Amino acid sequence: MDTTIKNSNLKSEEYFINMGPQHPATHGVLRLLLTIDGEIIKKVEPDLGYIHRSIEKMCERDSYQQIVHLTDRMDYLSSHINNEAVCLTVENALQIEVPERVKVIRTIIGELTRIASHCLWWGVMGMDVGALTTYFYGFRDREMINDIFEETCGARLTMNYNLPGGLMFDIHPNFVKRTKDFIAHFKTKLSEYDTLLTGNIIFQKRMKGVGILTKEDAISYGASGPVGRGSGYSCDVRKYHPYSALDKVTFNESLKTDGDSFARYQVRIQEMWESMAIIEQLIDNIPEGDYQTATNAVIKLPKGEFYQKVETARGELGVYIVSTGTKNPYRLKFRSPGFSNLSLLNHIAVGGKIGDLVATMATLDLVIPDIDR
Amino acid sequence: MNISLNITKTFTELLSGFLPESTANIGAMVIIALIYLAIFSVAGLFLVLIERKVAAWFQLRLGPNRVGPWGLLQTMADALKLVSKELTGTVKADKFLYNLAPYFVIVSSLMALSVFPFTQNFQAFDINIGLFFLIAISSIGVIGILLGGWASNNKFALIGAMRSGVQTISYEISVGLSLLTMVLITGSLQLSEIVEVQKNGWLIVQGHIPAIFAFMIYMIAGTAETNRAPFDMVEAESELGAGFHTEYSGMKFAYFFLAEFINMFIIAAIAATVFFGGWLSPFGITDSIPWLGVFWFLAKTMTLVFLMMWFRWTFPRLRVDQLLTLEWKYLLPLNLLNIILMALIVWLNLTIQF
Repeated sequence: MDTTIKNSNLKSEEYFINMGPQHPATHGVLRLLLTIDGEIIKKVEPDLGYIHRSIEKMCERDSYQQIVHLTDRMDYLSSHINNEAVCLTVENALQIEVPERVKVIRTIIGELTRIASHCLWWGVMGMDVGALTTYFYGFRDREMINDIFEETCGARLTMNYNLPGGLMFDIHPNFVKRTKDFIAHFKTKLSEYDTLLTGNIIFQKRMKGVGILTKEDAISYGASGPVGRGSGYSCDVRKYHPYSALDKVTFNESLKTDGDSFARYQVRIQEMWESMAIIEQLIDNIPEGDYQTATNAVIKLPKGEFYQKVETARGELGVYIVSTGTKNPYRLKFRSPGFSNLSLLNHIAVGGKIGDLVATMATLDLVIPDIDR
Repeated sequence: MNISLNITKTFTELLSGFLPESTANIGAMVIIALIYLAIFSVAGLFLVLIERKVAAWFQLRLGPNRVGPWGLLQTMADALKLVSKELTGTVKADKFLYNLAPYFVIVSSLMALSVFPFTQNFQAFDINIGLFFLIAISSIGVIGILLGGWASNNKFALIGAMRSGVQTISYEISVGLSLLTMVLITGSLQLSEIVEVQKNGWLIVQGHIPAIFAFMIYMIAGTAETNRAPFDMVEAESELGAGFHTEYSGMKFAYFFLAEFINMFIIAAIAATVFFGGWLSPFGITDSIPWLGVFWFLAKTMTLVFLMMWFRWTFPRLRVDQLLTLEWKYLLPLNLLNIILMALIVWLNLTIQF
């Protein structure tokens, strides 16, 4: 204390607080070292590694079919899309053409996954800014999607529905009907989301002009997904490098140029509408045919390097496989969207209040196992 | 013996039959204090239950429904659990202040209850500066929060406590000024007097436009003073964990928790008394039966409590600087203008009297 009060000149000092690894706003085991001056954030240092499981190293040990199951545990909210990324890489390397039916089903389930992920994000986003009721609304709608998944894949979160060459099994007979029911239901509920939260004056005051990320910074930090698109950086992999059945559908890339938290929020809400549009275009004419192509029991990739990227709910997920021609990859690298998006946090949160940091972090939609792997 | 609803008088008379007068007075006070303590501890628990039921209703859930019929005993069970829990604390906490803090909070909110007229003459303590007493007593609570946050030796608790200090001191002004606006009509700070005046029409009708403004400002500032959402900066859970009571456990935590709910009741009860006629029935339909006043008083209070719960489960939280902007740049100037407007209306006899 004797250093703070000297010659009756009151002087304040910066101090540190540890936000996490157990903290309600970090949504997992993320630890943020904050340097704070009163309420104002001076520096944010993310400290990672609390849930590091060496997934990339484990991949070097496993066969390609086994790798697919590991990817569920990265970004568990877009587990299907992660599976798809690995399968697409392996299929491209083997130059297997999967049946049309598989492509369409993969796309539909991928978009459902995106909606489910955004529902959860919307719920916890509201909770982070203090509106606790949103959480239950988001979960109510996500539950319907999970029920659809449960019926078809047998699992609700880590679905393991893909495998190199196709799908584990065919869709459940109820799948089409229930998906349509969900779309009809969700169209009414998504407008409700806007009434409850988006239009709220307190919410808008909390979000607008906060956590501003310019387009240049978004590109140089490697931001992708809704975070990049909220800053006007057109980076939708589904648009530029369409995979599965995404080349057959028309949809708009949701793009906002403001770059603040509210823009990122709007991009995600818009994406849910677009995902529903994609599903609606595909759901009525799922082509007949096989749900698998025959692959060897032991998949050996040709010697070389293979890369495939997909758009998860969080952004661009890249899978980079270096193969020496054996049944295991020599090296496998995931380019996860969360890691790049988290690296922005210090850049956009400094100068704001503690409340701003929490709100900004919520719009980055971080999933910690995706960052740590 | 004629049992009147004036409980203080009744008990004093009862005791003075066999005790000297001064002892009888003290004895009556102790008995009434114990009755109030018992009633409002239980009432606080039921407020918690109501909050949880209302929250469940807003959030597509069922809420507590296991302990007792319709979950009525759930909060009782919670309280029992909290009583039996170990009291933990941080190692380098300032032990004395740390232990003292919860009592400040709970005592201030229980003391405030003593001046409310629940119905005609049913009032523990009818002083002529009732409203002033209420505002003064309810601001003691913040000392407890500041002490608790500071003495816990936890940075999150400290931030929460400092926020609370800033918030309560700011919004107290609005609470005070909006009530003062109504005092211009009643001409008295005595709560029983304030209710008497409203026999010519509730003050929100008598004072029409400025009264409605004053009511709105009062409800906003009152919600902020109880540290509830959308002004729950103090324990903003997504920012500060549990805020100032992070390091409290067991019964000490329960005191903070109970005080929050009793404070909510107090804020609503003041509004019911000052703006909506207290125990008076609408259009005087049951004025001949005085004890029904309790029903009307509670009905009005609980409606306002529900309003505050509605706020909490709908609105996001403000940021700490926005909170201060709202008070100092909008509510306070509006409030001062409102007082002038009310003064003009009273001066020109433009109040609506039935």
